[in-house]
Parts: sequence; C-alpha cells; structure tokens
Amino acid sequence: MRDPQRQLRRPTRRTLGLAVALLAVVVATSAIVAAASATTASKSANIKVGLITKDATNPFFVKMHAGATKAAKRLGATLMYAAGKSSSDNAGEIAAIENMTTAGVKGILITVADGKAENAAIAKARKKGVVVIALDSPTVPQSATNALFATNNFNAGVLIGKYARAATKGKKVTIGMLDEHAGSSVGALRHNGFLKGFGIKGSNSQIACVGNGEGQTATSQTAMENCLQKNPNINVVYTINEPSAAGAWTALKNAGKTQSATTIVSVDGGCAGVRNVRAGVIDATSQQYPLLMASRGVAAVVKYAKTGIKPRGYTDTGVNLIAKKALVGVRSKTVKYGLANCWG
Amino acid sequence: MTSETSAQPARAPSPLEWIRRFLAAPAVGPFLALLLTMAFFSLKSDRFLQGPNLSLVLQQVMVVGVLAIGQTLVILTAGIDLSVGTVMAFGQIVMTKFAIDQGFSPLTAIALGILACVAFGVLNGALVTGVRLPAFIVTLGTLNIAFALTHIVSKDLTYPPGTSGASTLPSQLLFFGRTFTVGHTEITYGVVLMFVLFGLAWFSLTQTAWGRHVYATGDNPEAARLTGIKTWRVLLSVYTVAGLMYGIAAWLLVSRTELGDPNAGQTTENLDSITAVVLGGTSLFGGRGTVIGTLIGAIIVGIFRNGLTLIGVEVIYQYLVTGVLVILAVAVDQLTHRRRL
Repeated sequence: MRDPQRQLRRPTRRTLGLAVALLAVVVATSAIVAAASATTASKSANIKVGLITKDATNPFFVKMHAGATKAAKRLGATLMYAAGKSSSDNAGEIAAIENMTTAGVKGILITVADGKAENAAIAKARKKGVVVIALDSPTVPQSATNALFATNNFNAGVLIGKYARAATKGKKVTIGMLDEHAGSSVGALRHNGFLKGFGIKGSNSQIACVGNGEGQTATSQTAMENCLQKNPNINVVYTINEPSAAGAWTALKNAGKTQSATTIVSVDGGCAGVRNVRAGVIDATSQQYPLLMASRGVAAVVKYAKTGIKPRGYTDTGVNLIAKKALVGVRSKTVKYGLANCWG
Repeated sequence: MTSETSAQPARAPSPLEWIRRFLAAPAVGPFLALLLTMAFFSLKSDRFLQGPNLSLVLQQVMVVGVLAIGQTLVILTAGIDLSVGTVMAFGQIVMTKFAIDQGFSPLTAIALGILACVAFGVLNGALVTGVRLPAFIVTLGTLNIAFALTHIVSKDLTYPPGTSGASTLPSQLLFFGRTFTVGHTEITYGVVLMFVLFGLAWFSLTQTAWGRHVYATGDNPEAARLTGIKTWRVLLSVYTVAGLMYGIAAWLLVSRTELGDPNAGQTTENLDSITAVVLGGTSLFGGRGTVIGTLIGAIIVGIFRNGLTLIGVEVIYQYLVTGVLVILAVAVDQLTHRRRL
C-alpha cells in the first residue's frame, strides 16, 4: 500500500514545480522586454519622433523603419516605432497615435492604412501640438496632416502605364489589374495613373478584370488565377506592388503564358522586385525611395522641435522607371541603377 | 461553484494551499496581474499613472471591452464566438449608411445597426441550439457572412463618403466619443457606458436566476436540462444578448473613429475579445468565470499597449507579452482548479 501522506504531497510538489516554471517564463519575458526597452530608448535625447507603419513586415516599411532609425540617431533624436497588425489595421494605428502623443513625441510620421480612418486621431494629436507627416500614403483630404512626404504615386502609375502601352504597341491587349484593397489611397492613385499613362478610362472594355491582391504574393496569385478564369487572354497586367506582381506571374505561368507574351508592370523598386525585372518576370517597375521619406520626415520633426517651423505641403521624394528593355519614347533607368538604389 | 476542497481529509492547509485557494477565488489572479503591470509601468514612466493617460487606456479598451462581455457570456456556455468583430463592423456600416444615405433619423439608424447585430446573435443562437452545430463552426460561418455583407452594403466606401475631411456624421452617432471633465481628466461617455454594461452583466450573472442558468448550462448541459432548465432557451438568450453587445460596441466604435469603416473588426477584435476573457480567468470549458475578470483582462491588454509605448518599447513586444500572459492565465487556472484525488 502506498503512503497516503506521499500521495497527498505529490500534487503539491507538482504545483510548486509548475509555479517555478511559470515564474521562469515571466522572468525571461521581462528580460526580453527590458532588453528591448534598453536598445530602443537608449540614452534618449529630448526630441522624440514617432513612426507608425501599416505593418511591420513589408520590406518597404522595414526599410522605412531603418531609414528613420538611422536619421534619428544622426540627429540625436529618439525614435518610437509602432505598426498595425495588417495593412488595414486602423484601430492599431489609432491607438499608436494616441499612445505616442501621450508619450510626448514632437512629431509623428505615419503611413495611414486608410485615407480617412485615422483622421480623427490625427486631428486630436495635432491639437496637442504634435506635427503629423504622412509618409507614402496621403490622407483624404491631404490637409489632415501637416505635410506629405511621398512618391508621386499617380506619376508612378503613369510611368508604367506608358511603358505598357509602348511595349504592346500594335497588339491586341487584354488587361488585368491587381489593386491593394478598397479604401487604399495609394492603390487608387497608382491604378488611375496607370490608366492615364496607358491612355484609357476605367470603363474601357480592354480591362478584363480588376482584383484585390492586398499587395501580397499569395492573395495576388489567387486573384490572378480567378481573373484568368474570367478571361484567359489577359496579356497586360498592372500590379500594386512587386510581391503582387510575383503572385500574378505564378498564376500566368501556370496558365501557360510566356514572359514574352505578357507584359507585367508594377510599382515599388524593392530589391526582390528589381531582380524580377532582371529575370524578365516584371517588365518595368516604378522605383520609389522609402528611406528618403523616413529620413526627411525625421529631419523635419527635429527641425520643428528646434525652431518651431512646421513642415507643410507635399514633398516629392522622387520616382524612376526601371526597365530591362528601354523603349522608344519612355524614359527609364537600367536594372543596374535599380539594384544600386533598391530597398528591402 | 466547485466544492473540491470538501473531499480532502481534515488537515490544516499548508501555506501553499492557502495561496492556491486565494488565487482560485474569482478575478483575484487577473487583478494581481493588473496591479503588478501598473506598478511596473508607473516605475518606468512618470506619465503612466496620470489621469489623462489612464482615461486614454480605458477609451482604447471600451470597444473590445464591450465585445468581450458578449464573448464572456458565450464562453460561459462552453461556446465561442468568432463573429464578434465582423458583426460589429456590419452594425457600424448599417448605422452610418442609413444615417447618411437613406435619410433615416440618427437614432433610427443606430437602432437599425444594433438590430442588425442582434439578428446575427439570434442566428448564431438558433443554429447552435436548433441545428445543434458547434459554436465554432456557426460563428466561423457568420464571421464570413457579416464580413461579406459589410463590404456589399458599404460598397467598400468609408462613411461618410466624399473627400471633405470634416465629419458629417450626425452628433448622436458620435455621442459616446464625447467627454466630460473630472479634475484635469477628460472622461469619455463611452467608457462610462462600458462600466455600466459590465455592472449590468455582473448583476445578471450573479444575482438572477438567468445568470445561474447560464453557469449551469455551461458547466453541464445535461444536468442542467434534467433539473428543469430549458437549456436551449438559455443558449438562445445568451447569443442574442451577445449580439446586442456587439451592436452597442459598433456604436462605440463609430463614436471613437468618427466614421463607418468597412475594414474595421477584421484583424484584432475577435482574438482580442477572446484574450480578454481568457486573461480574466474564464474557463474555455464553460461554467466558470466572471465578467469582472473579463473587464480586468481587457484593461491589461490596453495597459500593455499603452505602457510599452510610453517606455519606448515597440508595439510588437505587446503581442509577445500578451501571448505569454494568455498561456500563464490558462496555466494558473488549470493549476488552481485541478481536482485532486
């Protein structure tokens, strides 16, 4: 027979063991957080600058974060960073604006997830004396923020639209378009720019399909597969960004299309994207410069903190067309230039 | 509810046993966690404990908090509701669209929005009780249905549409975003409403027969049925009340963001509401938990997001901490309620 005392004690000992294990987990987590706080807020200067991006994983935003961190370090400011959980996480961005304002930032640089959803929170922050600069994505109206530092997304669209037009001169074209998602201000600008550059209207019968790819490879592949079901003749593809273009190409390839028979254009100029231009998957892409947006944004906030001069209006951070094959009548830069200036 | 200690031999409880019993009392664990968290952040940031900041945290928590009341009720019956976020988004679009496009009076539009959410609650409840489908499946279905309806009805437009920045939503829709001042702190009406709703839920669950029936049905539906409780009626009422909560949360969300957003409710709200319930110590197996715990759970999540920002830690660590906390909460729950032989 077993000793009843021992039998009673065993669960207690196990409880104790588990409690110790749990304690260890808590201590480990606190250590990680403490380490993070030490690196992020290292010897803070007085000027705090906030950066909020749509998500934390897109290479574009990763580069933006890197550019802002570097600029803040150079100018002796402290950078606070936050991001939404996905590219349409408005609630997350709103909370970040509020919390950074409370934390005493002088200015916030933000890529808004929606043209309008963050406006109320931005207005409250501005009322408390925080300068707000939209990076990359404009708010609607643009005057909701103090200033906008961005690629001229409409022009970026126009450039690839012109290229696609020149590349398919004299051919019968059937167009498929992969947007980001509804409410994306950048998406609308690039989309409309492409149409302008191509010389058609949104209602044109050459547009066989418009899908939402969320700017992500897998979602875009699905969207393009479905577009090809609708019209298998699609031979010109506009994509919101290069991950989206990669997904679209997989779908086209699986449907038996060849690189020479299809024209895919995109926007971004990320390194993976430019490599896809070199490989012939993407015919042309409009390259933008997120690092510049972020570093100029940080500089503007630091200037405001020191002099009281607020940034205003729109600052174009530039865009260049990158194409493997230069076409007559369309100005473009080489793949080599693209790779030297790419991000991600 | 459980009388597990009575089965033990009469023996003076060890100190460890006292701790175990103390932690097992409802909402004590979550409350201690909340206090520890607040102590930590107040040591690290002098802004943290200031009135305006704490008011801000509550404001950030109010939408998920009210959603989590509904989620608590459902989880107490051993169910789960995945549709909270998208149902709320749908209610929010109905409210704003009807108020602007269809020319309804603002209060009618709000009522219609809340009603739309209640209808989803009734649908969830009817499918769970009538067709006897698992709550997980039913609400996974209604999650997608509400998501689709939101986009169809809104035509993917953010309300109010147009490019003027100024909000043209009627003031009634924005009421719960307005504030009143106590001392130097602005308090949002929506936060007051959240506390009132938690109070009502607490009262209904602990002081009324309906509340006891909810616990009984969650703990052991068969036993509950045999004692004469109409369990199907209890379940249907739980999902309906939950729908009502999502409708009210929709109103709070419109008040907070000052617009109707078709992309709302997709990313965080579902899981955040479940996180709040779990952190609050409610058992996912049903029949055990308190709505006050849920309130504390929701506040803990908000405190971490705010506090980590104040001390300059990136928000991504909030998810790391939340993940650890959820596992801890359930582990503590298991430890303190494990039946002994």
